Amino acid sequence: MKIAVCVSQVPDTATRIKIGSDHKSIDPTGVTYIINPYDEFAIEEALKTKEKIGGDSVVYVISVGDDSVKETLRKALAMGADEAILLKSSGYKDSIAIAKALSEEIKSLGCELVFCGKQSVDFDSGITGQLVAEMLGYNCISVVVDFKLDGNKIIAEREIEGGREVVETELPAVITAQKGLNEPRYASLKGIMAAKKKTIAEKPAFDSEVFTEILDMHLPPSKQPGRILGTDKSAVPELVRLLREEAKVI
Amino acid sequence: MAEKILAVLEQREGNLKKVSFEAASVALNLANQLGLQAEAVVVGKEISNLNELSKFGISKLTHLKNESLENYSSSAYAEAIASFAKENEAKILIFPNTAMGVDLAPRVAVKLNSGIVMDCMKLEVKDNEVIATRPVYAGKALIDVKLKSDIKIFTIRPNVFKPQAVDSSTVQIEEKQIDNPNLKTKVTAFKKSEGKLDVAEADIIVSGGRGMKGPENFHLIEELAEVLGAAVGASRAVVDAGWRPHREQVGQTGKTVSPSLYIACGISGAIQHLAGMSSSKYIVAINKDKDAPIFNVADYGIAGDVFEILPALTEEIKKLKS
Repeated sequence: MKIAVCVSQVPDTATRIKIGSDHKSIDPTGVTYIINPYDEFAIEEALKTKEKIGGDSVVYVISVGDDSVKETLRKALAMGADEAILLKSSGYKDSIAIAKALSEEIKSLGCELVFCGKQSVDFDSGITGQLVAEMLGYNCISVVVDFKLDGNKIIAEREIEGGREVVETELPAVITAQKGLNEPRYASLKGIMAAKKKTIAEKPAFDSEVFTEILDMHLPPSKQPGRILGTDKSAVPELVRLLREEAKVI
Repeated sequence: MAEKILAVLEQREGNLKKVSFEAASVALNLANQLGLQAEAVVVGKEISNLNELSKFGISKLTHLKNESLENYSSSAYAEAIASFAKENEAKILIFPNTAMGVDLAPRVAVKLNSGIVMDCMKLEVKDNEVIATRPVYAGKALIDVKLKSDIKIFTIRPNVFKPQAVDSSTVQIEEKQIDNPNLKTKVTAFKKSEGKLDVAEADIIVSGGRGMKGPENFHLIEELAEVLGAAVGASRAVVDAGWRPHREQVGQTGKTVSPSLYIACGISGAIQHLAGMSSSKYIVAINKDKDAPIFNVADYGIAGDVFEILPALTEEIKKLKS
């Protein structure tokens, strides 16, 4: 079976965001980029699935972006992915345009099972997997914390408010991975060496219309540090009074 | 036929959720400014509280109905909503940004060839266009965006848009049978988690961090949450240590939350955590280290021992509520 994993490259979560001079994106100076944390769960699940079903299964990792994204693809190869594809694109693309590029590639590869992270921690929309599924006419289960594939049948658990839904569907399907699905493996030295030798296929990303226009990016209004009411429990009555009378939240 | 704004309501176990009324209010508010007509749609089997919508000034609600649609099915719900939106010439659709809304809205967007903006915290009309403001990088920055597509979809963050009651309004409820729903993907069971409330929906959150010293001490957090009717949250450090389940994690690789009150206990305030909770309306920090970054975003703080202060706080609130 051919399995695809969609990955993206994002600023390290510890990054302090500075707004760029265009006021539409962040200032990349000094920012360290990492593989999107949720995509690591997606890669791990793809590798586990491949190991389980065996045969001549292939795991492809696919990303949309510029040359810098090769580093992230290289990391996915080092974890054990078989092939990496960079869909080259520069400039702003919204989720729909990115999903279109990914789905065109997945279609031409003929992958029946697709894993994505449940969201990327830059734009946080959390919809790329669902968009790809709909564009391909595949079934989809998002925010998955437990995944079982039995022949053609999928039984997964997805996280929702107040619990987990048990969801059943069939291949072909897109699964979006939530933290808790698995423990992503570290790349082995052997994997890292092997990844260095592999070529990353490069092709231009499918060029589609971008519906979303960013008008402005700005920082949230900064909060004024509040009052320290005390250092022990004697401050508690005053805290409760303030929450009740000033903030009116209890 | 007047062009429409459609609020897509969410029901769970046959009850409209609170965020549905928020979506309805947003739809009505935008419709008034844009000169469109606001309507609502909901998918499901029996829904007991549809009449509650009458408080919010929407004139028509369509219930897309089928015996087999009691539980969520992304394939069936997306098809039902998309075809209803097409038939009714909906120009704008408003979904709640909940687990269901995030699953459903993008699929409807592809079916309608619509652009989509998720997790909106503000929707404003300027020059007859909707400008949405949403957080990016887990709230470390905000963007103002507009959609250039003919049909537009926005999802709204729960708890941010307060539903506005409208005087003496009635809602016309229409039932529409859905034939042969596409059940290729369906929910077969729901496993309720032990916690009473989910952080994404709660109006008050009591969160614990590494300063709680161990999972055995989280009963102090739970007891305070209980008296406040609050959800229990957790920092990444304690989730990674296995003290608390991931569903409680607040922050960049957990949930971004905007409750009225966030009480951070034994949380020092790593940048990823601050990103996820700093849009809370009021923040209380209880932490031994008076120089901890959490105090930079807190409205009220006590720079002391959580083990002494938490039980006292729980008692004080109990007194207040009795």
